[in-house]
Amino acid sequence: MVNVDSLVGRNSLHRKVQRSLRIQKLRALGLIAPLFIFILISFVIPIGDMLFRSIENQLVSEVLPRTTEYLKSEQINEGWEPPDELFWHLYIDLAIATEVKLHTRVGSRLNYEKTGISSLFRKTGRSIKKFGADDYSKALSEQMPELASIDYWELLSQGTSEKYGYTRDTYNTWKKNLIANDHWSEKTKPSDFLFVVLANDIKSQEIDSSLDASREEKLLPVISELPEIGFKERFLDTDEDWAEPDVWDTIQLYSPSFTNGYYLNSVDFKKGSDGPKIRPENERLYVLIFSRTLFMSVTITLVCLLLGYPVAYFLANLPLKYANLFLILVLLPFWTSLLVRTSAWKVLLQNEGVINDILVATGLISNLERLELINNQTGTIIAMSHILLPFMILPLFSVMKTIHPSYVRAAKSLGATPWTAFRRVYFPQSIPGIGAGSILVFILSIGYYITPELVGGTTGTFISNRIAYHISSSLNWGLGAALGSILLAVVLALYWVYDRMVGIDNVKLG
Amino acid sequence: MKLTKLSTLVLGCIFIANSSQAMDLTVVSWGGAYSKSQINAYHDPYMELNPDITIIHDESSAEAVAKLRAMREAGNLTWDLVDAVPADAIRLCDEGLAMEVDVDEILEPAPDGTPASEDFGASLVSECFIPQIVYSTTFGFRTDVESWNGNEPDDVCDVFDLEAFPGKRSLEKRPINNMEWALLCDGVAKEDIYDVLETEEGQNRALAKLDTIKDDIIWWSAGADTPQWLADGEVVFGSTYNGRFFALIEEEEQPVKILWDAQVFEYDGWIIPTGLPEDRLAVVMDLVRFATDTQRLADQAKYISYGPARASSNALVGQHATLGIDMAPHMPGHPDNAYNVFYFNYDWWADYRDDLDAKFQAWLAN
Repeated sequence: MVNVDSLVGRNSLHRKVQRSLRIQKLRALGLIAPLFIFILISFVIPIGDMLFRSIENQLVSEVLPRTTEYLKSEQINEGWEPPDELFWHLYIDLAIATEVKLHTRVGSRLNYEKTGISSLFRKTGRSIKKFGADDYSKALSEQMPELASIDYWELLSQGTSEKYGYTRDTYNTWKKNLIANDHWSEKTKPSDFLFVVLANDIKSQEIDSSLDASREEKLLPVISELPEIGFKERFLDTDEDWAEPDVWDTIQLYSPSFTNGYYLNSVDFKKGSDGPKIRPENERLYVLIFSRTLFMSVTITLVCLLLGYPVAYFLANLPLKYANLFLILVLLPFWTSLLVRTSAWKVLLQNEGVINDILVATGLISNLERLELINNQTGTIIAMSHILLPFMILPLFSVMKTIHPSYVRAAKSLGATPWTAFRRVYFPQSIPGIGAGSILVFILSIGYYITPELVGGTTGTFISNRIAYHISSSLNWGLGAALGSILLAVVLALYWVYDRMVGIDNVKLG
Repeated sequence: MKLTKLSTLVLGCIFIANSSQAMDLTVVSWGGAYSKSQINAYHDPYMELNPDITIIHDESSAEAVAKLRAMREAGNLTWDLVDAVPADAIRLCDEGLAMEVDVDEILEPAPDGTPASEDFGASLVSECFIPQIVYSTTFGFRTDVESWNGNEPDDVCDVFDLEAFPGKRSLEKRPINNMEWALLCDGVAKEDIYDVLETEEGQNRALAKLDTIKDDIIWWSAGADTPQWLADGEVVFGSTYNGRFFALIEEEEQPVKILWDAQVFEYDGWIIPTGLPEDRLAVVMDLVRFATDTQRLADQAKYISYGPARASSNALVGQHATLGIDMAPHMPGHPDNAYNVFYFNYDWWADYRDDLDAKFQAWLAN
């Protein structure tokens, strides 16, 4: 009896405890939910989107579906000549694309890979309406007026006869594209090129269904009188680049929906049909800039450490009321606009600037050998070390505050020289601060943009400057995203190495 | 009592906002003196004529292409009219972000009836581009350089002559213009430059020419850099837009002169973003029609030394609004200045920009 009672009592108690624990957990979850959602929306999703853009390449196959499908089975090499049929598919793809202005977008996408494709597509888009399709639409609708109405084509597109498969398919793609780009309305008329496709289908085979027979009987005589359009000639007349295997090779290479091309470009390789190839020496850029970014970030971190450590030590050992005053001096530049500080460095460092003027005035250097302190790596390192210094001093200071002076005193009283006492007792205890400060400064500097842009000249710019160029100027967002992803990967890899070597638990902000 | 007053006020405001045809137009431009010239010459007069329309000025033209593209992806267009250089206009047109327009249909003809397409002539470089001004990128130099022994450069190739004209030069940190000048001074005829630049050897040749002065170049990326450096004596020679030189020489009164030789003619104008709702588009079209008529473009030259893109406006160019000097001699197209003009090839650069920029940056970084 007693046993059962206590069991019930324990059970209900257990349940109560569990319930209150659950409520506590939910409350905690509710408290972090805003931050969690914020991070998800402002951080995880954009970064995911960026990673995706660096491999995404759907545009080419979406706009040129027939052409890319046909190219799949082609072996393109030096002596290859584009067959007539290819131009037929290209004609239909481009005729649809021009109506919704997608051809130039594909053109600029492919121009990143092969110079000249942009204007090739733009030019072709302008002349494709003059390939002779209007003769077809005129003659056919004269013979069969209902062809001029979109309703007839709607009916046609609902048919099932195998013979008109290509016309149906073309009409549906055309309609889908117009609707997707808000060009479709009640008043839309069938485009000229659709008549060419229809005529082609009618000619292609024997009459195979009684339903279509009347249409074909009517149209066949007209069609046989119309001149055949030589699409290959038309395209080559517009621009002889269409005969270049290189152009087709590029289209073929960038047909798949996903590509590693952006990543290859960001490490100075070029995607080719026979595998990636390294670019010629005068076009290699990104590996150099990546290594420069790393080098400068490490240097800036070291400079900050060398300058910041004594300052933090000095601050930590000062009585509190003075320490606060000096801390304000450290923080003061921190509260000034970044642009103002960077511009101030320009005034100080330039050739005719304050520092050079003083050096010349004091006779340390002659007027003709003024120091090059800006528009190069030196300028970037000086200005950025200054800007990032507080990020080193503050964690160092707060860690050093916690090191009790009695430890060093004890070491000294046990016979250690001041240097040994510092090296063996004080310094090891300040390492968590060094770790925290270094990580902060390094990670901030590796992605810095505005200061290197202003004072970096040609040799002192970071990879972020190239990323900014591709995002805002060249519009090559894929390449910008690939460069950004690589930068992210490098930072994560370094963080991992740091964790293995020093241990991330060994980092303290205070 | 108080509450009723307040609510009446709020209701009144809502009523006013709804009843009238008030509309806010966001017009994007470059900021600085250029925006001011636009505001004075046509935005303010337009708002005076149409009191229910308020023009909001945004200074984001430098990032216009990227921002318009981002707006499309977000499906939220917040701009109504954008000032852009032709290179950007071509890009926006290609991307389908700018509207194709028929200038004869949407713009005023010249006072004598000449259709707009003829009046604007060569400045119509893209189907989406509505020109406003002609400006030029050219060189300026300090007139008080001792080591030049009283000589003044009169040829663009003096930029490459370190012996006669020693000192630092500032050039724009991009291949455009610099490659052309380099080839021009390497002995290539003006009309062959783009043909030569298309070849690998031509590109290397241009870079090799630039190599001869590379150590003495400071690269600029903002139009204000060169004037600042010239004023500080940081450089003795430098390229920038002619309007910047005008401000430096006439307003700041610095000892600087413009070298008009081989100035590169460029245009600037409007693009209308695609996807505007019909009522807004109608107002934007009306504003553009007003802002690009012959008188308005001539008025703009009162505030900045950029030439009107319309031929018919040139005769109407008067004096500077505050300095009171004749503006015509300061225009890039004035006969005294336009004795040797280089026409920028937009189509060519639309193709080669990415490729050459990569090569140029690789050259710079090494």
